[in-house]
Amino acid sequence: MENDIVLKTEDLTKHYGGVQALEGANFELKKGEHVAIMGDNGAGKSTFVRQITGVEQRTRGTVWLYGENVAFGGPLDAREAGIETVFQTLALADDLDVPDNLFLGREKTRLDWLGPFRLLDYKAMRRATIEGLEKTAVKIPNIRNTIRNMSGGQRQCVAIARTATFHSRLTIMDEPTAALGVQETAQVENIIRTLKEQGEPLILISHNMRQVFDLVDRIVVFRRGRICANLDIKNGDITGEDVVAYITGAKTQPEYQEAA
Amino acid sequence: MADTSHGTGGLSFDKSKRAWPNEANIFIALICIIGMFEILGQLLPYMNNQSFLFDTKDRFDSVFNEARLKIIILQVAIIGIIALGVTQVIISGGIDLSSGPLVGAAAMIVMSFAQTELVNGNPNPKAVFGDWAFDLPVLIPVVVGLLFGAFIGAINGSLIAFTGIPPFIATLGMFLVCRGIAQWWTRGQPVSFPTESFAWLGSGMMPVIWFLLLAVLFHFILRFTVYGKHTYAIGSNEDAARMSGINVKRHKVLVYMIASMLAAFAAIILSSKNLTAQSGMGQFYELFAIAMAVIGGVSLTGGRGSIIGTVLGAMVFGVIQSGFTYVKLDAFYQLMAMGAIIIGAVVLDQWRQKQAAARA
Repeated sequence: MENDIVLKTEDLTKHYGGVQALEGANFELKKGEHVAIMGDNGAGKSTFVRQITGVEQRTRGTVWLYGENVAFGGPLDAREAGIETVFQTLALADDLDVPDNLFLGREKTRLDWLGPFRLLDYKAMRRATIEGLEKTAVKIPNIRNTIRNMSGGQRQCVAIARTATFHSRLTIMDEPTAALGVQETAQVENIIRTLKEQGEPLILISHNMRQVFDLVDRIVVFRRGRICANLDIKNGDITGEDVVAYITGAKTQPEYQEAA
Repeated sequence: MADTSHGTGGLSFDKSKRAWPNEANIFIALICIIGMFEILGQLLPYMNNQSFLFDTKDRFDSVFNEARLKIIILQVAIIGIIALGVTQVIISGGIDLSSGPLVGAAAMIVMSFAQTELVNGNPNPKAVFGDWAFDLPVLIPVVVGLLFGAFIGAINGSLIAFTGIPPFIATLGMFLVCRGIAQWWTRGQPVSFPTESFAWLGSGMMPVIWFLLLAVLFHFILRFTVYGKHTYAIGSNEDAARMSGINVKRHKVLVYMIASMLAAFAAIILSSKNLTAQSGMGQFYELFAIAMAVIGGVSLTGGRGSIIGTVLGAMVFGVIQSGFTYVKLDAFYQLMAMGAIIIGAVVLDQWRQKQAAARA
């Protein structure tokens, strides 16, 4: 039964000095489930993600990944444990090309005994890049171009293809379509649907109500650093207005009264 | 599937679509500068129709004026070795101002371990240590020099990576420290008379051979190894590199260590070539090395540049220096003109970046 739960947090809390950015977050994500995190700016959404992915160290609380109590020292630990994250500020190196960025920090190499001077296996990385991009139906005219010369949508697709190429145990996307046009947004949403079909669990941070209702099974609403609602939207009795009410503070679910 | 706005090209890595390499521009600039000096040689009344680089006089047994070519590449080879390291530091988003004084300090230390006992049958008048330090195998001064370089580089890199001091300040401090070490080592006395095997390291065209060997080695390392890829990644977007799991701090220490070891190696070659070491050696070398890299298209904002570019930049640097002498420009004007050229190279780089950003 425990194995059914991908991610579980208990009393997850982060204070920046006197500021309570995140307070007592209890969160659960089941296998194959896609959950959206919504909330106003400064509600604690990104802070929540940063505690899970080891980018920051939490003040208090516990995190379980697949039943295992985890405390990541840094983003690399989280990634090695199988958490793939698309950050709000795209973690791409502008002067490198697509395969370089896809494999940044986990290059395919040969002659590993050479330590830091081990050789890059460019051929294998290019092949895997093309496979990965085809899997996610991302189109990029020339993968040898540097990221600098690409449109916002192409850059975003590279960042997302990175998470999709490596078979991950949990994918987290922080506002993946915030800066994109209509067609580019559609492409990103297609990738998310592909992940759903493949049964890969996802946490999606988004402000886009239409997108959230289209894509996910459940919405968790954050307000002033606390979770104030946990809404199952599959059966259709929750509307966008309800969600807005929770975001703005007009409503709070009874079990989260202390967040009011 | 939804239609996309990313063109119809699909996936490819067509080599013909790759951008015009920056190195080609520098090569063209090099040819233009040579051409300019050729024309000046014909036009200036006091030049007597000499040629800058071609063999027009006496023997006609070769196409080029080999003597001048040799001088040019010999002149740039030793600073060029430093520039190979500086290139890596700048690509990683840093700067190294300590390499010139490091050359002075390393040369003093290295030469102390490379002295020979008898000079023309008399005891070595410049002996630094006792008898044990005479006529040591050539490997010992070389290893001592490289270790000293690695030590200084490790301090530079650690200060920058772990305390967050800006590279400019950390290496500026090390600039003074190294100059101090060079003077303190023998209380300002020069160190001379190396063993024959040590003198061989920098004799004749050896500096050029070392420069080219190291250039090939580091071109390969930057282009084809994880070290190289991470150096570009850190200079391009340090946060992205960190979030991708690269150990940025450890990598920076390694980059500064390699740069300082290359500077120390330049000191070995320079002191071997001169058969002596003086505390003032290497003056302005840090700036000339940075200039070679910048002229060669290494971007001071990090992330872009190449060893090939720096080698071409070094050639441009040497040709300009030699050309100024050739048209009998005074040394004072040479320094001023050099400064203007460095500023011009940076302005050009920034302008190119803006153009690229506007196109994207």
